[in-house]
Amino acid sequence: MVDEPSLVPVSNSVSQVLPSDLLVATGLCKSFGGIRAVDNAEIRVVRGSITGLIGPNGAGKTTLFNLLCNFLTPDKGCVIFDGAPISHLPPHQVALQGLLRTFQVPRVLSRLSVLENMLLAAPLQTGEKLWNSWLQPLRIRQEEQELRQRAWTILESVGLAAKANDYAGALSGGQRKLLEMARVMMHRPRMVLLDEPAAGVNPTLINQICEHIVRWNQEGVTFLIIEHNMDVVMSLCQHIWVLAEGKNLADGPPSEIQTNPEVLRAYLGQ
Amino acid sequence: MVGYLISLGIFTATFALFSLGLNLHWGYTGLINFGHVGFLAIGSYTTILLGIAGVPMFFAVLVGVVLAMGLGFLMGIATLRLREDYLAIVTIGMAEIVRLIALNEDWLTRGGRGVYGFPLPFVNFNPNVPTKLGMIALFWGVVGVAAWQWWHWLERRYGRSRPPWLLPSYAALFIAGTLSLWAALLPLSLGRGVATFPFVLTWVTLGGAIALMSYYCRPEKAAVLVIALNTLAAALVGLVVKALTLGLWDFSYRAGLLWLLILVLALVVWQLERLIHSPWGRVLKAIREDEEVAKALGKNVFAYKMQSLLLGGAIAAVAGAFYAWQLTFVNPDGFVSLITFQAWTIVVLGGAGNNMGTLLGAALFWAYTALTRFIPLDGGRLEALRMMLIGLVLIILMMWRPQGILGKKEELSLGR
Repeated sequence: MVDEPSLVPVSNSVSQVLPSDLLVATGLCKSFGGIRAVDNAEIRVVRGSITGLIGPNGAGKTTLFNLLCNFLTPDKGCVIFDGAPISHLPPHQVALQGLLRTFQVPRVLSRLSVLENMLLAAPLQTGEKLWNSWLQPLRIRQEEQELRQRAWTILESVGLAAKANDYAGALSGGQRKLLEMARVMMHRPRMVLLDEPAAGVNPTLINQICEHIVRWNQEGVTFLIIEHNMDVVMSLCQHIWVLAEGKNLADGPPSEIQTNPEVLRAYLGQ
Repeated sequence: MVGYLISLGIFTATFALFSLGLNLHWGYTGLINFGHVGFLAIGSYTTILLGIAGVPMFFAVLVGVVLAMGLGFLMGIATLRLREDYLAIVTIGMAEIVRLIALNEDWLTRGGRGVYGFPLPFVNFNPNVPTKLGMIALFWGVVGVAAWQWWHWLERRYGRSRPPWLLPSYAALFIAGTLSLWAALLPLSLGRGVATFPFVLTWVTLGGAIALMSYYCRPEKAAVLVIALNTLAAALVGLVVKALTLGLWDFSYRAGLLWLLILVLALVVWQLERLIHSPWGRVLKAIREDEEVAKALGKNVFAYKMQSLLLGGAIAAVAGAFYAWQLTFVNPDGFVSLITFQAWTIVVLGGAGNNMGTLLGAALFWAYTALTRFIPLDGGRLEALRMMLIGLVLIILMMWRPQGILGKKEELSLGR
């Protein structure tokens, strides 16, 4: 394998961060053995936007997601969230900064109830510290009550309230997607990375999911979405990044991407 | 009979305590700990060696707990960031290292010759009548709360359409059954064979209690088994309760030990239940289900696993102190890996992730051990047969009721 020329130095890329950018990643590289899954990729997400990330299967989109929230450590490159680098933070710290993610195949906590799944997601609860169970039992009870209320509100808004006391593992695939998104919202995130929110979901539910995303976006949450369903991407996203073979292929508004010959070639083959 | 039942009670309660620690690790956090006996060993040896050195017993136990947590910390630092099977390998190794140190560091532990003559609690304790009554009252208070909780739990889980007379009649049949069981076993312990009438009465009354309760939970067939095993285990506990009440009256060292042990056990169960239902416990269960999700939601998975490991280890160390006090002679053979797997048997039998299940598992396991003692075989063969039988029981259980006796069936059919 031929070595690529040296990458953009980190200091340069930091200077390119605009105040309107919430998330900026530059020069990201990740190899698994000889395979360069992500190769000098760049991505920018503007505050308050819904941004799309598309590309053919195996383009490295999910790997890029994992790099953004540090589930994988990048070989090179740097991720800046709200003006501060986060590449050195462990994954749970990234989440506490307000950058949350969902998974491609929805991961619910099967043997916890739907409500417990929701309650878990609230950040920095008093009762999560072992000793506070003895030191501040009243405050914990009060917090639990508030969280319960918030969880109910969110569950009702996505139509899962009737299932609140069922095991999460008993939900159908589409309901799991909804629960995963609702759970993330329970955290009061600033930005959410959604990995294929519409995959394997029936058309009615897809519309619902899109409505929820738009509603949460209006409440101030920024979204970065990986999606193969072009209708969804084109209708939701204000800006789209295209990844192919781990590299940036193009980026621009949906209308431009739709007619970009390179993108079409990457998707449809030569 | 009183002495035998008290000894049995001490063993059961010690193993219940020990297994509760493992249940926290495996049942609630999903940590595969095959070296739980290491915590027990450290708790035992620290308590008795410091006791010999003249340290007050309470502080000796406390130091044992701290050292066991130190061992847990070492295990955790080494493995908790890795995949879970590494933890299994390292824990079993750590426990063996502890045992081998105890075997070889002669200056510290007297090696294979073992330690004896260490100070025991309640040895020079001669309570006057008010003190005895107070101890009995406290004990009965704990038993009362436990019985109430047990009934509530049974009812909440299985009592679908219960008439108001169900509790009094069930309780009456149960108490009659326990008392007649006592009457049946008493002549046996004096070598006079089983008394037929009380023996028959036992089965009639206990059977009646089980049938009565089962009748009111028809929707679930397996409930009959759970109620039957619960009632039988509770009857055995009832025997121990009567024995301990008598034992506390004619105060003996062992009765005092069991009394203390039951108070500690009650405290630990109560606090564990509180913790498990707190947000902290929720994070542990989330880690058991899928630690990536916990991480993605901003939970420091490593810290929680470590806390679980340390807390479970601390509980096991307390169990270790009682283990030593009960044996009055401690040598490294008491801390072989078999002990860990007995705890696993108890946890799996009762249903992982259920503290009540662990208590039931401990009662059934020691009832099994006590009953098989009467099989007419010599020592070695009996031991081998016992192992085979309990293995068989576990295999049958795993095929027929893989969630354990108290586990919930719905949990098994859940997709990941």
